[in-house]
This record gives sequence, C-alpha cells and structure tokens, in this order.
Amino acid sequence: MTESILRLTVNGALHTVVTSSHRTLLEVLRKDLDMTGTKHGCDLGECGACTVLVDSKPMLSCITLASQVEGREITTIEGLSDGPFPDELQTAFSELGAAQCGYCTPGMILSSRSLLDTNPDPTTDDINEALAGNLCRCTGYVAIISAVHLAATRTLGRAE
Amino acid sequence: MYPPNFDYVAPTSLDEALAALAGAENTKVLSGGMSLIPLMKMRFVRPTTVVDISRIPGLDDVTDDGDHITIGAMVRHATTASHPLVQEHASALAEAANGTADLLVRNRGTTCGSLALNAVAADQPGAALALNATMHAASVRGTREIAAADFFLDAMTSALAPDEILTKITIPKGGVSTYRKLGRRGGSSDYPIAAAAVWVDVSDGSVSDARIALNGVSSTPYLAVGSAEALVGSDGSADAIASAASHATDGVNVLEDLYATVAFRTHLAGVYVRRALEDVLA
Repeated sequence: MTESILRLTVNGALHTVVTSSHRTLLEVLRKDLDMTGTKHGCDLGECGACTVLVDSKPMLSCITLASQVEGREITTIEGLSDGPFPDELQTAFSELGAAQCGYCTPGMILSSRSLLDTNPDPTTDDINEALAGNLCRCTGYVAIISAVHLAATRTLGRAE
Repeated sequence: MYPPNFDYVAPTSLDEALAALAGAENTKVLSGGMSLIPLMKMRFVRPTTVVDISRIPGLDDVTDDGDHITIGAMVRHATTASHPLVQEHASALAEAANGTADLLVRNRGTTCGSLALNAVAADQPGAALALNATMHAASVRGTREIAAADFFLDAMTSALAPDEILTKITIPKGGVSTYRKLGRRGGSSDYPIAAAAVWVDVSDGSVSDARIALNGVSSTPYLAVGSAEALVGSDGSADAIASAASHATDGVNVLEDLYATVAFRTHLAGVYVRRALEDVLA
C-alpha cells in the first residue's frame, strides 16, 4: 500500500510528512504535526469540529485525505492569531463566553473567519447558514452568533 | 477511524486516470470524497485502488455550449449552486446543490460525484432527471453518453462501469425548473424525506412539455411519468397541478424508514410536486 512523502502547507509553513495514503488530514494535523487545535469529533463529516480552511474555504478534515490537499493552503485554528494577538473572532468569542465545553469552537471560528472574509457585514441568516455544518452539543448558539456579529462590527468600525 | 488502506493515485491527465482504472481491480474514483470517504471508513466500500481525479486540469469548469451547458466532473456543489449559467438554465440543479448538506460539504463535494454515487435520497439525481441531463462517461474503451433516465439504476448504483469516469454532464437549455424538498431535520439541508424536481416548457398559455422527478421517495430517483402526462397540454391551472401531483407515486415502491411511513411519504411526494409546480407555473 502507498506510503508517500507529502508536502503540506499549514499556516504558511511547509511541512514534510511521510504517511500512508489512507490517513486523513485531521489525523496528520493532530498526530504528525501536533496541531491539536483541530478537533476530532464524529469522524464522518457530520459535526464540523474538524473544520479547517483549505484555500480560505472551510472544509471537513476528517473526511479529507491528507493526500488530497497537498499543494493547498491549509489554515488551522493555530494559524489564526497574529503572534500573541488573537483574531478579532477569537477576542469576541472569549469576551461573550461563546464557548461552553469549547470542543466546537475552533471549527466555529474558522467557518466564521471564512464568512467574514467574503461577507464582512453578515446578517444573522448569513451566519446561521455559514455555521450550519458546525454543531455545538452544548447548544450555545446564541452567544456564538452574537460573537460573530461583534467581530464583524468591530472589524467594520476599524475600517471606517 | 481510518478507512482501510489502499493504493492512492492522483493522475494529472484523464488518460492516466483511465489507465489506472483499467489496470486495477476494485477501484473507486475520488472527486470530493464527501460520501466516498465516510463509506470507506464504515467499510461499506473497500477499494484497493483510489483514483483521485482532482488534479486533472479542465474538469472544474461550467461552460455555455450553445444549446446546452456543461458541468465538469470536479465542479463542487458550492459552484453549481452559485454559478450564473446553472442558475439561469438549470435552476433545479442549482437549488439542489444549494440545499445539499452544509457549506463544509458543498465546498468539497462535487455534482458529478453525487450523480455517479446515486446515494439514496441524494438531491442531484432528481434534478438531473427533471433537466434531462446527459451523462458523459469515459474509459480506456472510449466515451459514451448516457441519458439521465437510463443512468440511476438502483440505490447506490448507476449505469457507470467500474472503469468509467463521469467526466461531465450536459443539460439542454430551455424551459423552467425548480427543486423543492423536505429535509430530515426540516428545512432544506440534509437528505430529503421527499423531494420533487420539476421542469416545464410553456408556450401560448399551455404546458407543452414537462418532466417531474422525485428523489428520497423510493430507493432510486424516478420520473413520475403519470404526473407529466397529466400536466402536458393543460393550462397549468391549480386543477391541472393537483391532477399531476396525484400521480406522483404511481407504480412506485415507496420507502418506509424512521423518518416517514409509506402513507406519509406518499402524501409528501404529492405535496412537493404540487409546490414545485406552483412555483414554476406561477
């Protein structure tokens, strides 16, 4: 069976990984690259805990083979902050307590990041649609949606 | 959870991909992987060779080709949903794509992959039937065209041979279409409990042609021939629509599962045919 050398670009850095072809992007991120911010949830593409950005679009790393994304730009939650400075979404989630157990939070924030990058002033419906694939088993959706609004408002305020 | 191990090949030309499929036993074509990889993890399918077609150039275009539009094998649901050509000429398919699962899946899953798999209740096959799409298959043996009506054989079974790739679909222009469904959790996301894709051509105030397809209702999507016959030649009035809707499950073995009884699903099939027709004939 295929054992291959993969070159993965994660958070702007090139990583070389020797792995077998059946391994998912999620497994390689967590076990080979020690990036455990991406969470391992349902494992079948239902829950969104494993969300990462591939070429700026949110996708499910648990049902994506690492081999499929060689040469793509992968962004995980570890790559969102600018050094010690958190992303506006991370600040807003933190301030509003938009996390209970926290397991869905990285996926929620990455899906939200992609939304705000393409739609800086989303309606609540837009946010609901963008986060439809990210499940929160604590059902803390109200605070999560408020946090996305807050981050959007602050980003727009600074732009003016 | 890993899928069982397999040989992975990612050719950069169609010819190489076809040769890889022809040269191995027990192969699967991988496009987005949103269905295939979960199925492999659950051991429902265990290919020994997976041929990833995502690195083949030229498969991810939607193009205007005169009397039809073409959707390539690697066009993702998100593109199908938002592409102006699909919205204008094949709105049932754009709506089906927009209501498929969630954005995370739509960003990777492909229209052609969904058609090739023909999962029970999947959104795309119903729309392809109503739109009279033509499937273009390629193998080392050559290429062939398969009409949508001859393509969806049974649950998880299409007319594609194991060594064939669905390289593109073409959809004739003309008429008006829409797609309406009831998802398992309500709303339009998730697999439908029942869904109707309808296409009508109206001239001089009467319905000159129609195709009505249902998915999620039986083990494979089907054309409700009796519904279309009831509609063609009519003025598209509420009575004509009601008559068409009453034939939505004629001769069909309606599914029963934890989401709906046979009686409820039969009722839903008529409701969604009616709503879809009301929309296109309004």
